[in-house]
Amino acid sequence: MGILEVKGVNKRFGGLRALSDVNLSVQQNTCHAIIGPNGAGKSTLLNCLVGKLIPDTGSVLFDGQSVLGRKPHEINQMGISRVFQTPEIFADLTVLENVLIPCFAKRDGAYRLHAFETVAAERDILAQAEQMLRDVKMWEKREMHAGSLSRGDKRRLEMAMCLSQRPKLLLLDEPTAGMARADTNNTIDLLKEIKGRGDITMVIIEHDMHVVFSLADRITVLAQGTPLVEDTPDNIKGHPKVKEAYLGEAAH
Amino acid sequence: MLGLGKKDLRFLLIVLLLTLAAPILLNPFAEGSAMAQFNAGYPDLMQRIAIFAIFAVGFNILFGLTGYLSFGHAAFIGIGSYAMVWMLKLLTMNILPGLILATLMGGAFALLIGYVSLRRSGIYFSILTLAFAQMSFNMAYSVLTPITGGENGLGPALGDPRILDAAAANGTIPEVNLFGLSMRATYELDLAGRVFQFNAGYYVCGLLSVLMFYLALRLFRSPFGMMLRAIKCNQHRLNYTGLHSRPYMLSAFVISGMYAGLAGGLMAAMDPLAGADRMQWQASGEVVLMVILGGVGTMLGPVLGAGFIKYCENIFSKINDHVLHDWFSIFPKWLENLLVTVVHPFVGQGWHLTLGVLFMLVVIFLPGGLIEGGQRIGRLIRRKPDAKGKAPATTPAE
Repeated sequence: MGILEVKGVNKRFGGLRALSDVNLSVQQNTCHAIIGPNGAGKSTLLNCLVGKLIPDTGSVLFDGQSVLGRKPHEINQMGISRVFQTPEIFADLTVLENVLIPCFAKRDGAYRLHAFETVAAERDILAQAEQMLRDVKMWEKREMHAGSLSRGDKRRLEMAMCLSQRPKLLLLDEPTAGMARADTNNTIDLLKEIKGRGDITMVIIEHDMHVVFSLADRITVLAQGTPLVEDTPDNIKGHPKVKEAYLGEAAH
Repeated sequence: MLGLGKKDLRFLLIVLLLTLAAPILLNPFAEGSAMAQFNAGYPDLMQRIAIFAIFAVGFNILFGLTGYLSFGHAAFIGIGSYAMVWMLKLLTMNILPGLILATLMGGAFALLIGYVSLRRSGIYFSILTLAFAQMSFNMAYSVLTPITGGENGLGPALGDPRILDAAAANGTIPEVNLFGLSMRATYELDLAGRVFQFNAGYYVCGLLSVLMFYLALRLFRSPFGMMLRAIKCNQHRLNYTGLHSRPYMLSAFVISGMYAGLAGGLMAAMDPLAGADRMQWQASGEVVLMVILGGVGTMLGPVLGAGFIKYCENIFSKINDHVLHDWFSIFPKWLENLLVTVVHPFVGQGWHLTLGVLFMLVVIFLPGGLIEGGQRIGRLIRRKPDAKGKAPATTPAE
C-alpha cells in the first residue's frame, strides 16, 4: 500500500464534473507526477489532498489515516506540505522569518503561546533555518523582505519553507511555471537532491515535460477529471493514448 | 538582560528614564509666563497619558501585529473600571486587588467577545466588536444599573463594607492608596520659578505602563509575535504551514483586552468613579486614532499617539477666545478679530476639528504615523554629514 491512497474520488462544481472516480496510489519515497491538459482537474485533486476542498465521495488516505474533513493545519501537521502555483509567502516578513515559522510549526505544533521567549534564543531552530537557506542558496538574502524577492526567488523560498518542515509528502503545484530556463534547472537540481536523500515522497503537477521526465518515477495522465493511464516515464512517452490526449506535438 | 537584546534594553531604559523624569520634562515653562498653559507636568494629565499609553500599547498588539481592527476595546476599559470600583467598595481602598481583578475581567470578557467576533475577519470582525461594545455600554447604562450605577456612575461610598480595611474613623471615605501610599500624595518642588509635582498616582501609572511596555516588547520579539505578524501578512500560508491561526488571534485579542482592563482599572483608581460613557464607541475610536497617529505596529508609536492626543486635548480645549485675543493683540484690531474668528472653531470645544485635520494629514502624508515622521527627520539629519564627504555609517548585519 502506498503512503498516499486516493480511492474513488468525485468532485462536482455545479454541473461540472471536475473529478470523476479518481484512483491514485503513491508509493513511499517516490516522485509521482500528474500531468494533463488545462482543466483536467489536477489542481482540484491537489486541493482535495490538503483540505482546501472536500470531495463529494471517495477517500483519501495518507499514511493509513483519512485526511478528509481535516483542516489545512491538521493535514500539514500530519506531514504534508504544499508549494502553491503562485508563491504563497509572508511578504512583509524577512526571508529568514519566513523559514523560521515552519520550523516553529514543526517543533511546537499548531499552537503555542510562546510570547515570552525570544526568537534570538532559539538556537536549534535558527541553525535549522540557516541550514535550509544555505541549501537553497538564499543565505545572503536572509535579511531582505520576502516581498521584494524576484519571482524565482519567491518560489525557492516557498520550497525552502516547505522543506524545512521535513514533510513526508511534498505537493508541488507547477513549481517552475513562469520561471526562466536557468531557474527551472536550478529547481530541478534542488528537487533531485532532496529526492536523493530518499526520505520524501513528492507529488508534482507540471506542464513542463522537461521537469516531469527529469524527476518523476511514475506519471499519471489526467484528462477530463479521470486518470487516463499511469505508468513509468519511458512508457508514458510512447503511449498512443497519452499522445492523443495531451502530449501531441510536445512529445516529438 | 531581561530577555532583551542590547538595543531593546537601551530603548527600555530610555523609556523608563523619560517616565521617571516626566514631571520635570513636561514642565519646561516658568509659572505665570505666557507659555505656562502649554505645560503638561501636572498629575491629572500625566496619569491620563500613562493610562492611555497602556491601552494603546495593548491595542497595538492586536491591531498592529495581526491587522484585526477592533472597534470595541472601550468595553474592556469600562469593565476594568467597574471591577476596580467594586474592589474599592467591597474589599479595600488599596488598589492592588482591584488592578488584578480589572486585568482578569478585561481578559475574561475579551475571551468571550473575541471567541465570537473572530469567526469573521475584516470589516465584519470590526462590526461585531463594535456591536458587543455598544451592547455592553447600553446594558451598563440601563439593565445593569444595580451593578454599574447606571447614569450616575459607580463610586465608593461611606457605607461600603471594605472588609479588609479598618473602619473609617472620621466619617469620610478613606483615600485610594497602594499599601498606605495615597494616590493623591504629591511632593511639590519649587525650582527656578517652576513647580514640579511628583505625584504618587502618576508614578503608579507610569511604572505600570513601563512594565506593560516591557511585556509588549518581549511579545513583539517572541515567536508568538512573529506568528501574529504572519497572520496579518498571509493567513492562508500560515494555515498551510501547520499553524492554527484562530487560537493565535484569540490570544492576541485576550492579551489586548487585559491591557485595556488594566488601563480601565487604573482610570478608576486615579479617579474613583466609573461611568458607562467610558465604554462608548467614541472611546473605542479614540484608541484607534492614537495607534494610527503614532504609528501602527511600532513599539513607541502608540505611546506617542496616546501622549500626543491627550496632551493636545487638554491644551487645545483650554484655549478660549480670551486667550486667542491675547495672542493676536499685536495685530491691528480688524486682523486680530479675523484671526480669532478663523482659529476659534479649532480650539476649545472644537478641538476635535483640529484632531480630525491632524489625523487626515498624518494618514495622507505619513502613513507610518508620528514615528515615520521622526524617522524621516532623523534620516535628513543623518544625510547631511554624508554630503560633506564623510563615509556613511555602515551597519553590521546583526
